[in-house]
Amino acid sequence: MTREQCIEQDLTGTFPFLEGAVRIQRPRRMFVDVPREHFGAVFEYLARESGFTILCAITGLDQGGMLAALYHLAQETGIVLTVTVAVPKEAPVLPTVTGYFPAADAYEREMVDLLGMDVVGLPPGPRYPLPDDWPAGEYPLRKDWRSPEEAPLPEAEKELPDAD
Amino acid sequence: MPTRPRRVQIPVGPQHPALKEPECFLLTLEGEIIRESGVRLGYNHRGIEKAAESRTYIQDIYLMERVCGICSHAHATCFIQAVEEIAGLEVPKRAQYLRTLIAELERIHSHFLWLGVAGHEVGFDTLLMYTWRDREVVMDLLAALTGNRVNYSMNTLGGVRRDITADQKRDILEAVDKLEERTEYYVGIARDETTLIQRLSGVGKLSKEDAVRLGAVGPTGRASGVPRDARRDDPYAAYADVEFDVVTSDHCDVYGRTVVRLLELKQSYRIIRQVLERMPEGPIAVKAPRKVPAGEAVSRYEAPRGEDVHYVRANGTDKPERVKVRAPTLANVQAVGHMLKDGHLADMPIVIAAIDPCFSCTDRMVSLAGSDRPPGVLTWDALRRHGIAWYRERGIDFADLSSRLARPEER
Repeated sequence: MTREQCIEQDLTGTFPFLEGAVRIQRPRRMFVDVPREHFGAVFEYLARESGFTILCAITGLDQGGMLAALYHLAQETGIVLTVTVAVPKEAPVLPTVTGYFPAADAYEREMVDLLGMDVVGLPPGPRYPLPDDWPAGEYPLRKDWRSPEEAPLPEAEKELPDAD
Repeated sequence: MPTRPRRVQIPVGPQHPALKEPECFLLTLEGEIIRESGVRLGYNHRGIEKAAESRTYIQDIYLMERVCGICSHAHATCFIQAVEEIAGLEVPKRAQYLRTLIAELERIHSHFLWLGVAGHEVGFDTLLMYTWRDREVVMDLLAALTGNRVNYSMNTLGGVRRDITADQKRDILEAVDKLEERTEYYVGIARDETTLIQRLSGVGKLSKEDAVRLGAVGPTGRASGVPRDARRDDPYAAYADVEFDVVTSDHCDVYGRTVVRLLELKQSYRIIRQVLERMPEGPIAVKAPRKVPAGEAVSRYEAPRGEDVHYVRANGTDKPERVKVRAPTLANVQAVGHMLKDGHLADMPIVIAAIDPCFSCTDRMVSLAGSDRPPGVLTWDALRRHGIAWYRERGIDFADLSSRLARPEER
């Protein structure tokens, strides 16, 4: 049995509801879909008990009706397990994982700014990466977001003389 | 009665105190000692992840190459590995070796660049002049091999775009010999030069436990004794076929970070020699489909500054559904805050420079100048016109000046 299969067996043994949710894509690359209500328990088990001591990154994803967060966890062995958890767009609430990985701070703020994720428990700090005067409710990484590039000029600018 | 020194908060930035890139540190000082620090990033956010979703995979290779001006091959390769995994492309061995070759040349130019910057930050400008002169050797080599000094455009889906000739192989080996000799000299400086050792030792401390806890990557982590290197732990390209050591140090300070980078240079020479010796003959690319089937992949790459992570999701079209880029600086930012704490304000530039930060990679987007733009904010064009009119009212006409400055044939 490969290392990846051992991890799969261990996960489905500990959390029977993950039966069929684990996918081994290639050596050292695994994916698992975790139901929202069990996310906290599964994440704690992986970070504390299964040797997934490295958080490579968190990817936020707009899936239409749902927003998903993909936690790319790695072991020292080189195995990367991507934990996907989806939350409804109307109430995209997720707990912070900064308690396990302080570096998650930046990745979580990115999901807050770019996708409108509501990450509960983030320590106070500046927003990232959008500017402070960014309009509320605009989430650029959402699929329906468009950049208002051709916005009309304010009146004051139109009065300036042409210079050539 | 002794009183506790008053705490003063000062913002440092958005102009970088060490490198020519914007970010802002808010420091709380007690006299000369930094007690707390916070960092505000995002000034360089260019929307590359969003832009990638509206471009084809081939276009995205060139876009990803521009995430960073130094680690351009790193980001392009990291991205392309993920796409190739989803598309099920079997990249030819020779192409894997060529990718490894360019990767290590890039590491050499990045580490030399860093060494110069570090020298400059501690007032050792001779080191800057020497290392940047030597860096030209590898820059010239990269230009000869790929056509460009930085954005090499070496990668394409399914392989690489250029092969190397026997003459080029000889040139590379000659350059590597020369650079190795120079590196030995710098290793000697780092070992014997008391001024440098004393200036860097004990500065920007990061213990092994903290490096692990805060997720430090690359030379920053390895200089705190964390033996992590994606080239060995999660081999890609041709790294599984070559022997090299993962260099670590237990100095846990800026001096350790310097030593690690210097010794990593020697490992790079070792890798390059093996790559050239063992590079198999054969094609350098396989034909790639325009459309990539639905799927997802996570790719890791040990860039000069630490681990790059890309996540790509494909939806069956010729454009990706999502591309996520995690550059090493973002992973090291938490560690910087920790390193600055209880250090001297004057050490700040070298402490920050010592993680070899790249805030362009970290940020990736542009601000929204749209209908919600507050009054008084001008577009670039309007600002330019306003400036010209403002000077003209005061009797200064740039139209006149530029006609006087123009070359005779343009007049």
